Amino acid sequence: MSPDRNQEEIVFRGIAASPGIAVGPAYLFQKHVPVINEKTVDPEGLEAEILRLRSALDRSRRELSKIYDFAKQKLGEHQAKIFEAQLMILEDSVLFDSIDSRIRNERKNVEFIVHDEIEKYRKVMVAASDEYTRERALDVEDVRNRILRNLQEEKLISKLEGAPVIVSQSLAAADALILSRNTILAYVTEVGGVTSHSALLARALKIPAVVGLRHLIASVRNGDRMAVDGYSGVVVVNPTAATVDEILRKQTRYKEFEGKLAGLRDLPAETPDGRRVELTANVELSEELEFIKIQGADGIGLYRSESMLLGGEVFPSEEEQYEEYRIFADTMYPKRVVIRTFDIGGDKIMGSQTTRESNPFLGWRGIRVMLDRPELFLEQVRAILRASERKNISMMFPMISNIKELRKARQLVQDAKGQLRARGVAYDEKIRIGIMIEVPAAAVIVEDLAKEVDFVSIGTNDLIQYLLAVDRGNDVVSDLYQEFHPAVVRFLRRIIDRSKESDIPVAMCGEMAGDPLATILLLGLGLDEFSVVPAAIPEIKKIIRSVKYRDAKKIAKKALSMITEDELKKYLTGVMKEYELGVE
Amino acid sequence: MIEREVTIRNRAGLHTRPAATLVKLAAKFKSDFMINKDGFEINGKSIIGVMTLAAEQGSTLLLRFNGPDEQEAAAAIQELFDKAFDEPL
Repeated sequence: MSPDRNQEEIVFRGIAASPGIAVGPAYLFQKHVPVINEKTVDPEGLEAEILRLRSALDRSRRELSKIYDFAKQKLGEHQAKIFEAQLMILEDSVLFDSIDSRIRNERKNVEFIVHDEIEKYRKVMVAASDEYTRERALDVEDVRNRILRNLQEEKLISKLEGAPVIVSQSLAAADALILSRNTILAYVTEVGGVTSHSALLARALKIPAVVGLRHLIASVRNGDRMAVDGYSGVVVVNPTAATVDEILRKQTRYKEFEGKLAGLRDLPAETPDGRRVELTANVELSEELEFIKIQGADGIGLYRSESMLLGGEVFPSEEEQYEEYRIFADTMYPKRVVIRTFDIGGDKIMGSQTTRESNPFLGWRGIRVMLDRPELFLEQVRAILRASERKNISMMFPMISNIKELRKARQLVQDAKGQLRARGVAYDEKIRIGIMIEVPAAAVIVEDLAKEVDFVSIGTNDLIQYLLAVDRGNDVVSDLYQEFHPAVVRFLRRIIDRSKESDIPVAMCGEMAGDPLATILLLGLGLDEFSVVPAAIPEIKKIIRSVKYRDAKKIAKKALSMITEDELKKYLTGVMKEYELGVE
Repeated sequence: MIEREVTIRNRAGLHTRPAATLVKLAAKFKSDFMINKDGFEINGKSIIGVMTLAAEQGSTLLLRFNGPDEQEAAAAIQELFDKAFDEPL
């Protein structure tokens, strides 16, 4: 290590994917890419080659069975299916008979033949026109590399020395699972989003994680000290003593803060002057529910049902969906659960039959897809209705942009109810139906939409992107993504005021709802429900319980008069200080 | 030798689960079983082979059976395709 590397710390900013703070040595986790040499084998050595293959297959099978069982236990049957296919390939007698005979006929080493033979299939799959088959090529590659690694008698990296920070380009679900059996301080990856499978897993396992750290790996060597802040998304390589001190102090502050907040668990999200709001959680996996209950949530404000499709290879049937929704309904009962119908892009269900969209954000997604495939939509709606038997389920449609879509979706709900009645199945006749307000057009006509729904929920992530015409995944313009842009704040006021003309509750389930800096403003604008990441619940509750509604309204009014984001943020930061809120 | 033309009827296509069912059923017969899709042919008793087919809903496959129990094999496998692997259409 060069001396200047010791002195200079490098700061990376990524996306905070799972909260927590960690300082520890880096462990660079890389995909095993075997090096294959072609060798000629003496005739008397051929049987030994074949025996070597047999024992490598045995070891691979044992490894995969373990991963499969572990995945079933951590993620459930449906998501574990991806590993089942790999197990079957290991049992493919046609494949391995032809590998055996090639070894005998060509007198080549087993590594070379295994690689060459499986590569034939992989190449065909990579070139396939449908996404599903191309994804399966990754399974084939994975299983091939597993066999090759076992041939070279290298161990599966599943036991790690000490407690490292895992640094990797991306993290496959299988790897994240296996690694999590060790004490992992944190996961940091170059690619991935907040809803990527490894991010979900990190949250379920309560391991701090930061994703989207571009060009990180080039600056990290094994054993380098890493400081990871899973709250803010900052990762520091070779931090100075001062940085480590600072981040550890932050950790202490957070722990103390969390300790104090824990006392709030059973108290309502209510202002000192009696304005009670709902504080609910956004959730992807049923594994998160226990944590959500511990956090003292008033219910689930957003269940992203499309997370059922992650990793699973088949569109889940009505029965499979019902079973999953039922877990949510039962675990949270008597608290409320809002199930958002699949918010997916068309490629999820149509594979290659869809033409590639040049602008998927403005394309075939959300309710648009589901209304075009009513049989899929009806299946989901029936599953949701069946899970609503105990009357604690609501249904929400994403990406609504006009009244017609809402009416069509509601008509399909009526049809689904009729089908269930005909089947003699119980459901909640008065199930509450709401929509996401995330397309600006829906915000503009929200007074009309509000007359035909039981609630609305503002999806700020998309709403802000559409309103400001900024793709926040695009580095060049991501600075222009401003939660506190005056246009956003004024738009929110409009949505809340106009919805209330119809006396329906207004929720928010975008990231902004969980941003402490926005809480007083949103409270003052009259928001009725904050649906946030589970980890944020105590802090948001604390803020709500500290500020009188009367004062929050005044603060919101003042904020509405401001004309730059900087001014707004400075003002709100000042307000937070006045109330002695926040961690600092 | 027997040839049969079949169409993939289930919504999800010949994905891993039906592929597994197909391969397991084919293994019960002694006869060779080949699947041809658009001129590309694979051994129907091999899961990795069937995975390469990328046979979506609506695709047509040509099945070839050759061996002592080809009649029985053809009938059993034809039935599996006819009932769309017991999956949603």
